[in-house]
Amino acid sequence: MTTKQSGTYFPAGVVEEFLPRIGRVVEIKDHQLAVFRASDGTIFAADNHNPHPKGGPLAEGIVSGHYLYDPLYDWKIDLTTGLVQAPDNGQVQMYPVKVENGQVWIAV
Amino acid sequence: MNGKKENLIIIGNGMAGISTVEQILKLTTRFDITVFGTEPYPNYNRIMLSYVLEGSKTLDDIVLNDLHWYEDYGITLHTGTTVTRIDAETHEVVTEDGTRVPYDKIIIATGSNSFILPVPGHDKEGVVGFRDIADCNVMLEAAKQYKRAAVIGGGLLGLEAAKGLVQLGMEVTVVHLMEDLMERQLDPQASAMLKAELERQGIRFKMGAQTSELLGGERVEGIRFADDTVLNVDFVVMAVGIKPNTTVARESGMEVNRGIVVNDYMQTSLENVYSVGECTEHRGVCYGLVAPLFEQGMILAKHICGVETAPYEGSVVSTKLKISGVDVFSTGEFIDSPEHTVISHKDDWKRTYKKILLRDNKMVGAVLFGDITDSAELQKLIKNQTEMTEELYGSLMGTGCGGHKKATSVETMPEDEIVCGCNGVTKGTIVDVITNQGLTTVDEIKACTGATRSCGGCKPVVEQILQYVLGDGFSSGAKQGICGCTSMGRDEIVAEIRAKGLQTTKEVMNVLGWSQPEGCSKCRPAINYYLGMIAPDTHEDEKESRFVNERMNANIQKDGTYTVVPRMYGGVTTPADLKRIADVSVKYDVKAVKVTGGQRLDLIGVKKEDLTKVWAELDMPSGYAYAKSLRTVKTCVGSQFCRFGTQDSMAMGARIERKFERLDLPAKFKYAVNGCPRNCAEACTKDIGIVGNDGGWEIFIGGNGGIKARLADSLCKVKTDEELIELCGAIMQYYRETGNYLERTSEWVERMGLEHIRSVVVDNLEERKALMQRIEFALEHVEEPWQKAIRNEEGQSKMFHGIEVSARP
Repeated sequence: MTTKQSGTYFPAGVVEEFLPRIGRVVEIKDHQLAVFRASDGTIFAADNHNPHPKGGPLAEGIVSGHYLYDPLYDWKIDLTTGLVQAPDNGQVQMYPVKVENGQVWIAV
Repeated sequence: MNGKKENLIIIGNGMAGISTVEQILKLTTRFDITVFGTEPYPNYNRIMLSYVLEGSKTLDDIVLNDLHWYEDYGITLHTGTTVTRIDAETHEVVTEDGTRVPYDKIIIATGSNSFILPVPGHDKEGVVGFRDIADCNVMLEAAKQYKRAAVIGGGLLGLEAAKGLVQLGMEVTVVHLMEDLMERQLDPQASAMLKAELERQGIRFKMGAQTSELLGGERVEGIRFADDTVLNVDFVVMAVGIKPNTTVARESGMEVNRGIVVNDYMQTSLENVYSVGECTEHRGVCYGLVAPLFEQGMILAKHICGVETAPYEGSVVSTKLKISGVDVFSTGEFIDSPEHTVISHKDDWKRTYKKILLRDNKMVGAVLFGDITDSAELQKLIKNQTEMTEELYGSLMGTGCGGHKKATSVETMPEDEIVCGCNGVTKGTIVDVITNQGLTTVDEIKACTGATRSCGGCKPVVEQILQYVLGDGFSSGAKQGICGCTSMGRDEIVAEIRAKGLQTTKEVMNVLGWSQPEGCSKCRPAINYYLGMIAPDTHEDEKESRFVNERMNANIQKDGTYTVVPRMYGGVTTPADLKRIADVSVKYDVKAVKVTGGQRLDLIGVKKEDLTKVWAELDMPSGYAYAKSLRTVKTCVGSQFCRFGTQDSMAMGARIERKFERLDLPAKFKYAVNGCPRNCAEACTKDIGIVGNDGGWEIFIGGNGGIKARLADSLCKVKTDEELIELCGAIMQYYRETGNYLERTSEWVERMGLEHIRSVVVDNLEERKALMQRIEFALEHVEEPWQKAIRNEEGQSKMFHGIEVSARP
């Protein structure tokens, strides 16, 4: 389970609708995603389900570079792969994102 | 003051002259002071030029007194102006353009100049000394254009220059006349180790080489030596020595040998004219180091102000090499001779070397290489010609980790002894700021007095003084960063933010060299707090650096819904408010309503997108149940209704809560106010617990009923409500300014020491007032977060609302 390789791109709003380093929930079909805009402008879309056994959201975490510190249990997650960093284990499903003319597209 | 002020003229705007002026300003206001300086800058720290060259500091970093300082003290400063002569007949100084300025007294502090070898070609382009900012700039420029450099002179200055040029990317050869580097400060053993270390760092050496000519056309192209060999270079730094700048004294007919001759009170041969610093010759010695300047300057300042002072009897000089990663120190006599007893220890694996020389069992000199932790201690022992004892030997030469604490030596140190040679700070001054201004860290002492801010060599002594004055309130220990992103501790970071005026977490992390450029979940919220604490009026709070609860102004629960807790000041509400809470809870389908431990109501299970609507309909202020801030003031019933109540605890609780709400603190903060000693609101487990009695209030601090239970300590008793509020404010502000982020007061009180906190906020009325003023200032800039979120439609929607994508790709 890494980034999905295929899927259909849906328009998820313009870049400005995502505050830098403040996550936002995006719902596409029956998927709930946490979308993050990193300082360098890269946009990541993660499944908004905390990999921790107790679950919960991810969208309210602290973004540092291309990493996320989850809001509930402080796990560190690499947004480029979805991999939870040591000492914890797990992986978050990431979704492909593309930005064209300021429009964010996410594939599910 | 009656009568006219005397005109005091300082010739030379460098460290020696200005530090003397600083000392004079402490003693008297009877002088009108005028300063003449040849360089176009205010007073800067010449010994730190090596760091500027190395790139670890900027020119701004090394300015000691900026132009405002001169203005503040009403000092007239003429930069870029050279005084050429003193006319003793007319009592005037004459500048190069013929301007005449009358004087009553003069201090000459012209320092020294680079000694340029008088060999053929010494005046070619690309040949400089290493003495001032201008030289430094030439070197920085040269490094951009040229590749090969030579530094003539393997002394302190030459090696620092060489290292700087290597850092700037040049190929550097140090040319030295002698066979040993720094032969005037080191013994052959330490010299050899130093050379090996510097070779590892990329410096090349040509030893025993006498320069006979500099080759080239307009610009230098090479060096020819006495043995006819040639070294091709494009840039030459002359660092063979310095010579006292005595021009003005010679022109004025004063007695000059190598330097301007002075007596033990720094008086020259000309009446009312004094001399201080490197231009001066005292008992046949011209000093080329910084520490003696301060010793001379202090004595001169006292003397010129008519304050009784001991005469100046010369200085024991010590040397420290200011090259990052190479620690060398020497003091007193260090070349072995038959009359010395030598104690030495050389360790080729650790690359350390330590040597102490005794004469008649008294310590007279020392050399340290690789590990200079004992330098400050040795300097003192040697200055006092201390007898070597078993105990001292054990602590100086012992294996292991330093053995016993050496605080005793600090205890016996006289008050006026200079601890920081670079900035002329005495033990008395340091003790004074610790006791009267409540400083508790080396960094605070640095910011306040300047001690340790230059070479850092006196840091161990400053730490010992801290330890000795604060006793158990001082925590030393290994340096630990606040998180894995940095090796810097809290105090260091706060000091840097203040000193450099840093404004955002990104800037802090960038400037202070964080390993993770945007930090982590530990340091981001912490730095955001420190920035706001330091500049409450200008800091832009970073939502993205806040934990979820504080970002959303509500407590997240494990299912991603939130808990809303409205304020109930002092735990008192009204039927109308309760009704509204009930209506809103029903309307928004709140999952549970719970009474909290802090006398208010939890509305648990509000959806993220409903938060702003719930707040708007409640129309109550936030209870900050999620924040590192004042949460609740728990109260008992008190004198309004209770038959035992002696004080109106409900009213006082509400008053305190209204006064201090919304302010960011290092951690969550809880109060209790009781109307009588029965203590029904349980003051003993609160950050501040207040117990009323018939004649006023008693204040307890540092209580905690949480993870690590702790009973609060009694801090003091006060008589009036106003005094109570003022003490609460002072305690909270002192905690704000000195607490580590996330450190509860229970830990803070133990770390700082109750006595120390008492001495700052209770006993020192001036400090209490100042703290209160600062907290009042910070309180002017807080804002009700729920109202703010309701008003900020757009930001609110991006924060609180998701985006629903219609199912059309």
